[in-house]
Amino acid sequence: MGNGASITLSQVGISFGVAQIVSGFSLDIRPGEFICLLGPSGCGKSTLLNAIAGFLPVTGTMTVAGKPVVGPGIDRGVVFQSSEVLFPWLTIRQNVEYGLRLRGVPSQVRRQKADHYIGLVGLSHAAERFPAQLSGGMRQRAQIARVLINEPAVVLMDEPFGALDAQTREVLQEELDRIWRATGCTIVFVTHDIWEAVLLADRVVVMTAGPAAGIKSVKEVGLSHPRDQADPAALEIFRQLRDEIGAEVTRALAQQGLSSRKEAAE
Amino acid sequence: MTYITNGSSKMIATRIRSLSMEQIGRFLLPAISISGGLLLWHVCSLMTSPLFLPSPLMVWNAAVEMALDGSLAASVWASGTRIFAGWAAGVALGVPLGLFMGRFRTVRMLVDPYIEFFRFIPPIAFVTLAVIWLGPGELTKIALIFYTTIFIVTLNTIAGVESVNPLRLQAARSLGANQRQEMTSIILPSTVPFMVTGARIAMGNSFLTVVSAEIVSAQQGLGATIWTARNFARTDWVFVGIIALGCLGFLFDRIFRIVTQKTLKRFL
Repeated sequence: MGNGASITLSQVGISFGVAQIVSGFSLDIRPGEFICLLGPSGCGKSTLLNAIAGFLPVTGTMTVAGKPVVGPGIDRGVVFQSSEVLFPWLTIRQNVEYGLRLRGVPSQVRRQKADHYIGLVGLSHAAERFPAQLSGGMRQRAQIARVLINEPAVVLMDEPFGALDAQTREVLQEELDRIWRATGCTIVFVTHDIWEAVLLADRVVVMTAGPAAGIKSVKEVGLSHPRDQADPAALEIFRQLRDEIGAEVTRALAQQGLSSRKEAAE
Repeated sequence: MTYITNGSSKMIATRIRSLSMEQIGRFLLPAISISGGLLLWHVCSLMTSPLFLPSPLMVWNAAVEMALDGSLAASVWASGTRIFAGWAAGVALGVPLGLFMGRFRTVRMLVDPYIEFFRFIPPIAFVTLAVIWLGPGELTKIALIFYTTIFIVTLNTIAGVESVNPLRLQAARSLGANQRQEMTSIILPSTVPFMVTGARIAMGNSFLTVVSAEIVSAQQGLGATIWTARNFARTDWVFVGIIALGCLGFLFDRIFRIVTQKTLKRFL
């Protein structure tokens, strides 16, 4: 099993044209760590994740396992929020096997590995079905299996459970925790759900509101697993994070108000 | 419990009844519509001369006559093979052309001016030129149908490539796909519905083209049949030609739909 890789971000900046989305972002992620990126919506969490995935060019330094990131690669698997990214013309098994097929892995090995990872995400009964025949939660499981079969050192997850109902989300959060332990990969997980971050993360990175978003604070969660929402220590961390994000949102709104007033004055 | 059983069995019974009604309707309504149309045609034909509007029976007799002397089958075969050859060539070239134009901006920018120009010129405008350049033979007709088809298929395929979900491409890339694999494993299958639609529209337009081409330069074919009927003042032959065209088109479309449904189901 491929062990997790370290990720180093140093003074990372991302811009779309003249708009600076992320700036001066520095963070060291330990191998095998579970990091949650939390922040007000539109702050650039997903943008940062896409940059680590190699979909976007950045300024500054960004390395995974010591190697600079240049474009997408199979060392970094990406789980998207939308399950539209599953290929609808392939069965779940074929979707999961996709990465191996690209590299010409013989079908015997492919099948064995696919069985393993489909089992790991609890989809053995649905392996021969097409994505359209599955529920949203099952499709996200399939996506996770499709990424894990490449044995990536890093898994990047962009609000993977954001579109699911509360019960399904809870089940999948528990399973993700289990899968993370089983694989030992490094996970960077974007969410705007504070509880999700408290339940899953080793460290929670709270981002400032954009434009030019950076790090507001990094919080070590340090609670044992499985975690419980009713645990007072967890509740305390939840409160602190909520207050920080609340303050950030208020600041951003005030700034927007200020700038729009300025515009009006001009 | 009994109540539920009763309720559900009643529901099933209703469903069976409504289903069979629907099935009857599927055959009955078109049959009523067709016989109504024939009747109207017949009544109209009684009020005028056969040269102006022959009756359905006259047309039927003409069709039997043409079927017996073999000219009908020869015409249908001539037109059918021309359409199929030109259309198949157009699809075979239009699909890769559309894929490359949709995928690579440079290819697109090189070919686009020509596409944008020629798409407004109907194939009929090229009939004379085609005869001068390619002679009066089969090639002329096939080339014109090819021209008809390739534009529609190319433009549809480009639209398909442009509508590929960019997240799917990102997913493929991060799973290890290179440019070629992206094309074959993501863009090509994602674009299939657009290709099929394009090919189907092109099939319809090919019928348009084949008639005009055959009217200008052909000894055989349904267009030629319609045109030569003029020399003999046989309006009933014209009708036979027109009806045969309609039936052939319907048949081609049905076959196309069945084949695509069977072979490309998972992509549609």
